[in-house]
Amino acid sequence: MEPGSFYAGLEEKPEAIIADAGSCDVGPCSLGSGTAASPEQWQRFDLEHMLRGARKAGIPMIISSCNDTGTNEGVDKFAAIIKDLATNHDFAPFKLACIRSTIDKTFVETALKGGSPIRGLAGRPDLTPEILDGTNALVPVMGAEPFVEALTMGADVILSSRSSDCCPFAGFAMYKGIPKDVAYYWGKVLECASFACEPYMAKESVLGVACEDRVWVKAVHPGQRCTPTSLASHAMYERNDPYREAVAGGEIDMGQLVYRQLDEKTTEVTGMKFKTSPEYWIKLEGAGKVGERCYAIVGVRDPHTIANIDKAVGWSQMKVEERYGRIGGTYQLYFHLYGKNAVLGELEPVREIRSHELGIVAEVIADTEALAKEIVTLAVRGIFYARLNTKGTAGGAAFLTEDPLVGSAAYQWTVNHIMRIDDPLKYFPITLEQICQN
Amino acid sequence: MSKLSELAKTIRSKNAGVDHITFDIVFDDQRIFEGVKDSGVMNKQTMADVFGISSDRITHFFVFEPGRAFKFSIARKTPAGGPGERDLFGCQQYAPLFDLEFRDLERPIN
Repeated sequence: MEPGSFYAGLEEKPEAIIADAGSCDVGPCSLGSGTAASPEQWQRFDLEHMLRGARKAGIPMIISSCNDTGTNEGVDKFAAIIKDLATNHDFAPFKLACIRSTIDKTFVETALKGGSPIRGLAGRPDLTPEILDGTNALVPVMGAEPFVEALTMGADVILSSRSSDCCPFAGFAMYKGIPKDVAYYWGKVLECASFACEPYMAKESVLGVACEDRVWVKAVHPGQRCTPTSLASHAMYERNDPYREAVAGGEIDMGQLVYRQLDEKTTEVTGMKFKTSPEYWIKLEGAGKVGERCYAIVGVRDPHTIANIDKAVGWSQMKVEERYGRIGGTYQLYFHLYGKNAVLGELEPVREIRSHELGIVAEVIADTEALAKEIVTLAVRGIFYARLNTKGTAGGAAFLTEDPLVGSAAYQWTVNHIMRIDDPLKYFPITLEQICQN
Repeated sequence: MSKLSELAKTIRSKNAGVDHITFDIVFDDQRIFEGVKDSGVMNKQTMADVFGISSDRITHFFVFEPGRAFKFSIARKTPAGGPGERDLFGCQQYAPLFDLEFRDLERPIN
């Protein structure tokens, strides 16, 4: 985070410091492999500023979806950081609440066996035991209720496993008596912080005020302002539907919003609603390992090869298949052709290659690193040896390195589903402990 | 005759969840936004044609008045960040929209 605007925000005497620390944006590898997307030093940096600000002001600090993926281990990691920070600072004793979850792969397996429907989102088929088998790690996405509970228990600092982005905010607002209709929308509009303001700035803080029937959002960075346009623009950001958003327990209805610029930095919004759903459905996010991965990078500068690159790739694929079987069978092979269609792939409307050179990244995923290395080596040598009747008869590809590059293991999002639970709190147990400087 | 890139303030793409890429086309001039709406160019089929895909893959299409924007989403063939991923965040997929043409609209004079 950028500390400047954070401390400027603290000058406004807020009643809480809240951040959702997780995202699916980082891809499935972090969840699948049990790692974070950012180094611990960066996480510590953010947590230290927030903790100091919160303790000094005597206000709650809420961090949800700890460690990018929101696993229970992620909560443990952040809790250890908080406790360590406390030993280095002169804080009065404070209460730390950790909200974890008991819904894991085993739980979901049992639910499936019991006949519970676990519905696929985005046109995915419903969850099956086979999909679960291919899943390494799974997290349930909690709603706002556990945060209300933790605050009611007297927590000063709350760390949670995976939650809907808006829910730590919604939970705090409802704990303070703000109606549901306002609370959830307030969370939605705050959860990306400075992205709701203009001009574009990342990592800056933002101030939100929730009242009985309205919300104010104020930019606290001197160079930013919050306008009706910037807020409306944020409603579109990273969402398919700018009018509605499903969260645990219901849906935020943004169909009748009225925006009003209050002052240069602040916009007011009214007309928000929350539709509580009759049953409580939560989202499940899950990732599964596909295999070990290696890359190789070559360049092509011969214009004839470039004009016939599809043939060269075809030759290479044929040679790989001769030795290792069908592509997509026991291994996967991709050619990323920079200069042709590496970024857009099948969506690329530009058909002719306009570049004098091509960069080719071959990517192979196989059961072992050794096999992935072997196959990717053959794949780029296939470009090197392609039989295209060029003038350059001494080698058809410029190798960047002798050896292939070992990449991180490949994962995929196997679970993007919703399941019904009977109680919004039951599966999200809360521990509360007193932290003193010892 | 103007191109979309001359008329719109923002043209962007981003993942919306792990199974979709969403595109936002935002205008800062109300008159131009109205003109683009009235042109009839902006619809599911045109968006699909820009990318050479079936309009079935355009899963959402909105005219978002409060944001002076058009918004549509494409279903990804495979989830984000998986094997063969080309664009982890889905944020560099929008450029083909630049060349959409609007006959009777002139770009704003600055």
